[in-house]
Amino acid sequence: MSDSPGILLGHQFDDIEQQREASILAMWVFLATEILLFGGLFFAYTAYRQAFPGAFAAASNKTVYWIGTLNTGVLLISSVTMALSVHAAREGRRKALLRFLLATLFLGLTFLGLKGFEYYLDYESHIVPGLNWPITNNFTRHQAIFFLLYFFMTGLHAFHLTVGCCLVSLMIFWTWRGRFSKEHYIPIDLTGLYWHLIDLVWIFLYPLFYLPGRHL
Amino acid sequence: MNESRDQKSSLWATLTSVGAVIGGALGVSSALRALTARKAESFVEPEAAPPAEHTPRREALEEAVVAEREEPNYLNVDYTLKSWLTSTDHKRIAILYMISITLFFLIGGAAATIIRLQLATPRGDMVQPVTYNKLFTIHGVIMVWFFLIPSVPAVLGNFLLPLMIGARDLAFPKLNLLSWYLFILGGTFTFVAIITGGVDTGWTFYTPLSTTYSNSNVLLAAAGVFITGFSSILTGLNFIVTTHKMRAPGLTWFRLPLFVWTTYATSLILVLATPVLAVTLLLIFLERVFRIGIFDPSLGGDPLLFQHLFWFYSHPAVYIMILPGMGVVSEIIPCFARRKLFSYKFVAFATFGIALIGFLVWGHHMFVAGQSMYGSMLFSILSFLVAIPSAIKVFNWTSTLYKGSIRLDTPMLYALGFIGLFTVGGLTGLFLAALAVDVSLHDTYFVIAHFHFIMVGGMVTAYLGGIHYWWPKISGRMYPELFGKLSALTIFVGFMLTFLPQFLLGRLGMLRRYYEYDPNFQILNVMSTAGASILAVGYFLPLFYLLLSLKYGKRAPANPWGATGLEWQTPSPPPTYNFKVTPVVTEGPYDYSPEAAEREAAAESAEREIQEAGSRH
Repeated sequence: MSDSPGILLGHQFDDIEQQREASILAMWVFLATEILLFGGLFFAYTAYRQAFPGAFAAASNKTVYWIGTLNTGVLLISSVTMALSVHAAREGRRKALLRFLLATLFLGLTFLGLKGFEYYLDYESHIVPGLNWPITNNFTRHQAIFFLLYFFMTGLHAFHLTVGCCLVSLMIFWTWRGRFSKEHYIPIDLTGLYWHLIDLVWIFLYPLFYLPGRHL
Repeated sequence: MNESRDQKSSLWATLTSVGAVIGGALGVSSALRALTARKAESFVEPEAAPPAEHTPRREALEEAVVAEREEPNYLNVDYTLKSWLTSTDHKRIAILYMISITLFFLIGGAAATIIRLQLATPRGDMVQPVTYNKLFTIHGVIMVWFFLIPSVPAVLGNFLLPLMIGARDLAFPKLNLLSWYLFILGGTFTFVAIITGGVDTGWTFYTPLSTTYSNSNVLLAAAGVFITGFSSILTGLNFIVTTHKMRAPGLTWFRLPLFVWTTYATSLILVLATPVLAVTLLLIFLERVFRIGIFDPSLGGDPLLFQHLFWFYSHPAVYIMILPGMGVVSEIIPCFARRKLFSYKFVAFATFGIALIGFLVWGHHMFVAGQSMYGSMLFSILSFLVAIPSAIKVFNWTSTLYKGSIRLDTPMLYALGFIGLFTVGGLTGLFLAALAVDVSLHDTYFVIAHFHFIMVGGMVTAYLGGIHYWWPKISGRMYPELFGKLSALTIFVGFMLTFLPQFLLGRLGMLRRYYEYDPNFQILNVMSTAGASILAVGYFLPLFYLLLSLKYGKRAPANPWGATGLEWQTPSPPPTYNFKVTPVVTEGPYDYSPEAAEREAAAESAEREIQEAGSRH
C-alpha cells in the first residue's frame, strides 16, 4: 500500500492510513469552525427575527423566492453528484469520477450564476441597504437589518461555494492527470465533505430568508 | 558543587554588569550573533572545571555531552535566514513565534508603562486623554491577541507537543508555518493601525463606539485581529489532529502528560470560539463602512448583540490564556517535588471542565449592560461553577508537594508563584461572579486587578516558568540559576505591588479607563506604578540572561532536571525529526519518586564529604 502511485507520504506520518485519518479529522475540525462562523450569524438572525417578526416577514417577501427555490434544488443535486464522485473514486472508476466531478462543478457554477442574477434583481427592486433601500421609519430600518443579514449570509455562502468550485476544478485537473486511484482518493473525500457542508448551510439559509411570512 | 556555583554566579554578575554598561542593545545583538554563528566544532569550554569536580559520574556526563555536541540538531542544520523563514519544523516555528511575541510583548509593555506613569499623578499630566485611550487599547489588543493567546500554545505547545507525544512533527507542518505568517500579517495590520494614528475603542471594540463614534483606525486594527484569528484556528486544528493521530505506540490518552491535555483543551476553544470573533469583526466592518444598523441603536441595531457575540469568543479566550499555563505548572510541580502528580485524572478532567463551562459563562461580562435578569442569574451560577475545576487543580498541585522532595529551582519558583497568584485571581473572580457585588465593582480597578492576576500573574508567570524549564531543551544551554531565581522573585514582588493596590482602588470606586482620578487615590496608584517598574526589571532580566546563555551558558545534557516525559529522552537540542527511534511508551507520566531523590541527594553529599576529607589529608 505504501508504494501506491501518486501518494506523497509526509515525513511526519508513519503510513498512508495515518495520513488519511489525520486529513479527514482535520477536515471535520475545519467544518466545525465553519459551523461556528455561520453560527454567530444565525444567532444574530434569531435575535433580530424574534425582536422584529413583522419587519422580517415583510422583508422576506421581497426576496426572489423562485430563484432561491431553484437554487436549493440545484445545490441538492450537486450534493448527489458529489457523493457519486466520492463513490466512483472509492471504486477507482476514473471516467465516472471525472463525469460526476464535472457535473458537480457545472451545478455549483449554475448556483453562483443564478445567485448573481438574483442579486441583480434585488438591486433592481431597490432592496440593497446602504445603496438603494430607503430608510424612512423604524419598520424600514428593521427590514434593512434583514437585508443586511440576507446579503451578508448568502454572500458568505457564495464565497464558500466559490472556494468549493475551485477545489472541484482542482480535483478535475488531478483526476484528468490520473493522480487518484482506488487506494488514494483522500482529496476527493475532503472536497466532498466540504461541499456537503456548504450545501447544508444553504438548507438552513433558504427557509430563513425566503420563507418567513410567505403563505404559499 | 557550591563552590563552582558561586564562581559561576560571580562570572555571571560580572558579565551582566558589563552588559548593562555597554547597553542592552549591544548585549542582545551579540547574543543573536552567537545564536546564528554558533558552529558545533568551534565550541570551547569557557573555563576549566576544578579538579574536585571530576567524579566518575560527572565525567561520564561530560562525555555524553561531548558526544552530543557533534550531533546535528534542529538549530545547527542550517544557519541562513531563509532556512528559518521557510522551515516547517515545529521547533523552528516555535522559535519564530517566541521572537515575534517577545517583540509584541515589548510594545504592549511600553504602552502599559506609559499608562502607569500617567496614573502616578491624579491630574493625568503626561499624555492627552485621547492618547491615553489609544494606549490602553494598544496594550489590550497587543497583549491579548499578539502575546497571551499565542504565548504558551504557539511557542511551548508548538515546540513540545510533537516531542511529548513522540512524533516527528505536527500533523500539518506547512499549515503550521502558514499560521505563523498569518500571525505576522495580522500583527503588521495592527502595528500599522497603531503607528498611523492608533485605536481608541479599548480591546473590546464595543459598539456603537467602534462602528459610529470612533475616528481612529478601528478597521485596520480589527482586520489585524481577524487575520490573527485564522492563525489561531489553524494552530488549534493542527494540535487537535496531532494529539489524536500522531501519538507514539503505547501512548494512550491517560498516559499523556497534562501539558498535552491542556494544549488539546485550549485548541478546542481556539477552534470553536475564534470563528465567532471573526464573524463579529466582519459585522463591525459592515456597519462601519455601509452604515447599516446591526449593532448601533441609532441605526436600528442592538449593541447588546455585539457584546453577546464578542464575549462568546472572548470569555472562552480567557481560558485560552490560562489553561496552557496550568499545563506548564502541572509539568513543573511533579518534577521539582519528585512526586507523581496527585490524582492525574481529576486534573485532566478538570481541564475539560474549565474548557466546557468556559463556553457558558460569557454573560457575566454584561451584568450591568441590560441583559435579562434571569439570564444574569444563570450566568452567575455557571460562573461560580468554574471555581470547582479550578480549585481541583490548585488542590492537586499543592497535594503533589506534600511529602515531596522539593527543589526550589527557577521553574519551580515560577510554578509556585503561579499557584499563589492564580488562586488570588480566581477567588476574586468569585466576587465578580456575584450579581450584587458586581454592580458596584463592574468597570473598576477591581476587575483590572482580577484579570491581571490571572493573565499576568498566572499565564505570564507560567510562560516564563515553562521557558526556563524547557530552555535547556530549546536552546541546548543552561541558564544561570541565580539570575533565574532573582527574576522569579522580582516578578513576584513587582507583580504583587502593582496589582494588590488595584483591588483596593477598585473597592474604593476608581473606574478603569480614566486618564485622571480623585487625588485621594494617589497613594495606591503610586504604589502600583512603583510595582510596575519593579515588574519591568523582572521581565527584562530573563530577556538578557537567556539571550546571553546562548553564548555563555553551560551545555545542557538531554535531561538536566531528571524529568520524566518523552521530550527529555532525546538530545538537547533535539534533532530535526525529534527521535532517532520512535519511542514506545509503557507507563503513565510523572513516574517520580521522592525517596529515590532523597537517596540520591544523600549519596551525592556523602561523596562530596569523602572527597573533601580526602583532599584535606
